[in-house]
Amino acid sequence: MLQDFRAEVRQWLEANCPASMRTPTMEEEEVWGGRKEQFKNPESKVWLERMAAKGWTAPEWPKAYGGGGLKPQEALILKEEMQRLGCRPPLLSFGIWMLGPVLLQYGTEEQKKKHLPEIVQGKVRWCQGYSEPAAGSDLASLQTRAELVGDQFIINGSKVWTSYADSSDWIFCLVRTDPNAGKQQGISFMLIDMNQPGVKAEPIRLISGASPFCEVFFSDAKTSKDNLIGPLNGGWQIAKALLTHERQAISEINKKASELPLEIQAKHKLPTRNGQLADEHFRQRLAAWHMDNTAFEWTLEREMSLQKAGHSPGAASSMFKLYGTELNKRKYELMMEVSGFQSLIWEGAGDEKDRQATRDWLRSKGNSIEGGTSEIQLNVIAKRVLGLP
Amino acid sequence: MMNWDMTDEEKLLKVSAANFFREKMPINHLRRIRDTNDPLGFPREAWQDMASLGWTGILIDEDHGGLNFGFRGLGLILEAAGRQLAATPLLSTVAGASRLLQKNANLEQKETLLPAIAAGETIIALAHDEGQHHGQDISTHATLQGGKYVIQGRKSLVLDAALADQILVLARTDQGLGWFLVPHKTQGLQWEHFRLIDGRPAAHLSLQRVEVPASARIGTMKDATASYEDLRNACAVGLATEMLGAATAAFEMTLAYLKERKQFGVAIGTFQALQHRMANLYCELEVSRSVVQRALAALDEDHAKTTVFASLAKGKLNDVMHAVATESIQLHGGIGMTDEHNIGFFLKRSRINNELFGSASFHRDRYAKALEF
Ligand SMILES: Cc1cc2nc3c(=O)[nH]c(=O)nc-3n(C[C@H](O)[C@H](O)[C@H](O)COP(=O)(O)OP(=O)(O)OC[C@H]3O[C@@H](n4cnc5c(N)ncnc54)[C@H](O)[C@@H]3O)c2cc1C
Repeated sequence: MLQDFRAEVRQWLEANCPASMRTPTMEEEEVWGGRKEQFKNPESKVWLERMAAKGWTAPEWPKAYGGGGLKPQEALILKEEMQRLGCRPPLLSFGIWMLGPVLLQYGTEEQKKKHLPEIVQGKVRWCQGYSEPAAGSDLASLQTRAELVGDQFIINGSKVWTSYADSSDWIFCLVRTDPNAGKQQGISFMLIDMNQPGVKAEPIRLISGASPFCEVFFSDAKTSKDNLIGPLNGGWQIAKALLTHERQAISEINKKASELPLEIQAKHKLPTRNGQLADEHFRQRLAAWHMDNTAFEWTLEREMSLQKAGHSPGAASSMFKLYGTELNKRKYELMMEVSGFQSLIWEGAGDEKDRQATRDWLRSKGNSIEGGTSEIQLNVIAKRVLGLP
Repeated sequence: MMNWDMTDEEKLLKVSAANFFREKMPINHLRRIRDTNDPLGFPREAWQDMASLGWTGILIDEDHGGLNFGFRGLGLILEAAGRQLAATPLLSTVAGASRLLQKNANLEQKETLLPAIAAGETIIALAHDEGQHHGQDISTHATLQGGKYVIQGRKSLVLDAALADQILVLARTDQGLGWFLVPHKTQGLQWEHFRLIDGRPAAHLSLQRVEVPASARIGTMKDATASYEDLRNACAVGLATEMLGAATAAFEMTLAYLKERKQFGVAIGTFQALQHRMANLYCELEVSRSVVQRALAALDEDHAKTTVFASLAKGKLNDVMHAVATESIQLHGGIGMTDEHNIGFFLKRSRINNELFGSASFHRDRYAKALEF
């Protein structure tokens, strides 16, 4: 059965994945979808449309909502076959990684029917409106207000560090709907169309030079009460469920398929003796990272098979978020050492790839901040997994 | 992708191993060995019990009286042993010798040795290391003289020295390395007995013109470098598995203490500085479990990357068990420094196991070599 499926998938991918989609993704050719998507490489549009038609941008979602309807085993096969052929992901999407899973769990039938297919097809791009200037790790202290007037919510306040807000169409937002209730009790989870005069997104520049995140201002922005997910003032539960998915997604951050393995880069760029890296201290640290990285990948694999056997993901996602992002930071530190002087050049000279690596190194520092800081993950593990008071 | 789930048989074995060590060899057993100056360090009756459960033959094929259950099964037993700090000859005789013999011995040697190991009649100690560190050059040599091998040299830190019926000695010959099975009573074996820091007995061995028949050489006259590498992998993974059990037990003891000990009017587990240290150790233990399971399976599969996986497992567990053991003492405060409390035994065992079959930097080097960087 699964053998047949694998053969079928392989055949389909061979026939349908355009040639340039079998090469590593350049950052500027990444496809995030939405109304503002430009498809720098026209083949990426073809690739997205073909994959979306099969629902394989969200392989495990039900067919009724545009997904692939695959069983976990089948989705794994699809992933393996895509890796084998070197296929690019057809679509990168907060909708798929974060919003979709909670809509499937908490959305009404209409909400699922309206939003999920557009996510699968990459027609609407989503961003995440959680953090505020005064509410970061202490997310539940958020102050952005939403008041129900007739059958619309009127939203006022601001969000910050909203990744890709300026290129997104909709935002999923945590807002305060009852200022008099306890911190966690007065929060609702709602969806807001950003294409309206009451919503403004202003990019903020990162240390890596790029500006993928924004400050978002709401002034009398509106959304229909149909866009409330779950009960009024019952958003905290949903917020946490979404964070679990976000953390799981971030924890795989260190699997960037387009990079040459670090040890190969090191052997190209550093002195060697008898085919071995000559700097024993560096070699030991590289080996230690390599071992931890392998150990981590196996742990993800092991957890997946536990989850299939009914183990709930929950707090384990905190461990993966913590460990995966700390590993990614270690990797980039080692990579900078490997590159030496080349890693110092911002612009003007050197190789595009090396300059990008330096920017990625700077960007990696955010991995242990976004989606909840490493310290917050440690708190979660201590309390929820270890049961410490 | 490897199968990470346990079979029903494995689940049963896990439970019976846990019960066995909890009842027959709890940590206090180790304390008793030390306090009574027990010369053997391990009760022979317990070996019989293990044999009747099939454990001594767990790697041996059915034709030779074994269970042929493999390293995944042995791992469950070693982990349970590790939890109680029970140091058994399972490492030397089963993980080391029985695997070596099963793979390398000639038919006659298998006929005599494997059933005896499976039946619990023979305990075999390993005498391979020399000098002060694992992996140093072998200078003990064995010379063929008139149909006999004459062995001369010095071996360090032989575990189960007083208990063993036979000693498996690694020596240099005209045809590379060779393994020799030397009965404990052979003339010319000189033992220097001592106690390890955790109270167990062990010994250095010097071999003064020890004569054994040519048939004492395991397998053929071929160079045994490959079988030595395999034995190192098997024992490194076996030890790493014990260390996983031990580190997990120390972690759990410490976690329980953090919930119970009060200072400043609250449980000390309330303090975030301590919570974060425990949470970090928890993550390290989780990835440790993955590397141990993967390496155990690799030994069963004779995976092409077994050396990589074995060095990963032992290298990682060296660091993690050491971290857990030192943190455990620190988080216990003064009581952790007392001989009366068991937590100190975990630190001592960690020091011992870090040296046996290769330190963390030894394994990082070996891992990098195997991956060609
Ligand atoms: C690259 C990037 C992308 C992001 N994208 C988004 C996005 O798309 N949408 C969105 O809503 N948010 C996003 N964020 C925001 C992110 O979730 C927050 O930055 C994060 O939750 C931390 O909040 P903060 O910045 O206010 O830091 P603070 O909460 O002020 O933390 C400062 C320091 O104090 C520590 N600290 C705080 N509380 C505790 C505690 N209880 N115990 C121990 N230490 C503590 C933190 O760990 C940190 O080291 C993004 C952030 C980054 C860096």
